[in-house]
Amino acid sequence: MIETGAIAALLAMMAAVAVAVVRQRNLFAVVVLTTAYSFLMATALAALDAADVAMTEAAVGAGISTVLLLGALHLVGSLEMKPSAGSAVPLAIVVVTGLLVAYGTYGLPAFSDPDAPMHRHVAPRYLQEGPKETGVPNVVTAVLASYRGFDTLGETTVVFTAGIGVIALLRRRRPGEQEDKP
Amino acid sequence: MRMDIILRVVGKILIPYAVVFALYVQFHGDFGPGGGFQAGVVIAAAVIFYGIIFGLAAARRAVPESLVESMVALGVLVFAGVGVAGIVLGGNYLDYFVLAHDSVHGQHRGILWVEAGVGITVSGVMLKVFYLFTGRARDLEDGP
Repeated sequence: MIETGAIAALLAMMAAVAVAVVRQRNLFAVVVLTTAYSFLMATALAALDAADVAMTEAAVGAGISTVLLLGALHLVGSLEMKPSAGSAVPLAIVVVTGLLVAYGTYGLPAFSDPDAPMHRHVAPRYLQEGPKETGVPNVVTAVLASYRGFDTLGETTVVFTAGIGVIALLRRRRPGEQEDKP
Repeated sequence: MRMDIILRVVGKILIPYAVVFALYVQFHGDFGPGGGFQAGVVIAAAVIFYGIIFGLAAARRAVPESLVESMVALGVLVFAGVGVAGIVLGGNYLDYFVLAHDSVHGQHRGILWVEAGVGITVSGVMLKVFYLFTGRARDLEDGP
């Protein structure tokens, strides 16, 4: 009960921060607010017992991406321009999409419902056989690295490809070096 | 920020613990929360904060850019290499059961190396992106 209240409070604070991000014109303040949003998200995930995701959110969302956004602000300046067109149409699209998503949640099984399809498919086998087959007590690690090894290899390749893409775009060329030289 | 004594002292105290915590998350991921991805981002965050507090040049000396660039590719190679090792030892691709005489021990060994590969690539990519962004800002300051 306390947990539900705490998560509801965190979600309400996240909504407030999101509104502040939209209204704020100073981009430095926006970066600070998105950092606060990430920390609230990490706390909510920790309250939901998802320690792995909470750790990632705190390190990537609040730490690394804040540093990268501040580095970007250093390049582009920190005042947002006035939007050229009115905001009525984008606002309508966002509201309609949000209502559709909220309507869609009524089709989902209740949170942590043990009879939900996703808890009855392969999850029971992982939970019962995983520790015996892999000798790894943390089922998350067993599923991630062993049962779903191909998925994780794909994810690592995605991270690798993203890194290569950034290197290709931003690599420094020394002054006087030609475009077509390697 | 190099002259800010509070940041320097707090950084000197906390950054080593952040690195040790990252290694703990990396190698204890079988038993507690965490794994390669979490360890990779925590270790990258530790180096990034070192770079912010003590200057980019100090960070580049501690973790050279050539090492970071090799890590980007090395992690994927380690991960894919575990898969090939499975084939060489008579199993399927990414089959850990054949990696040791005992199947459970083989799973342990496979998961350890796979997580190491994920951690190496993730920390390498995060640090490389940080170095590229901050290096670009410095280029603009130096003028065209």
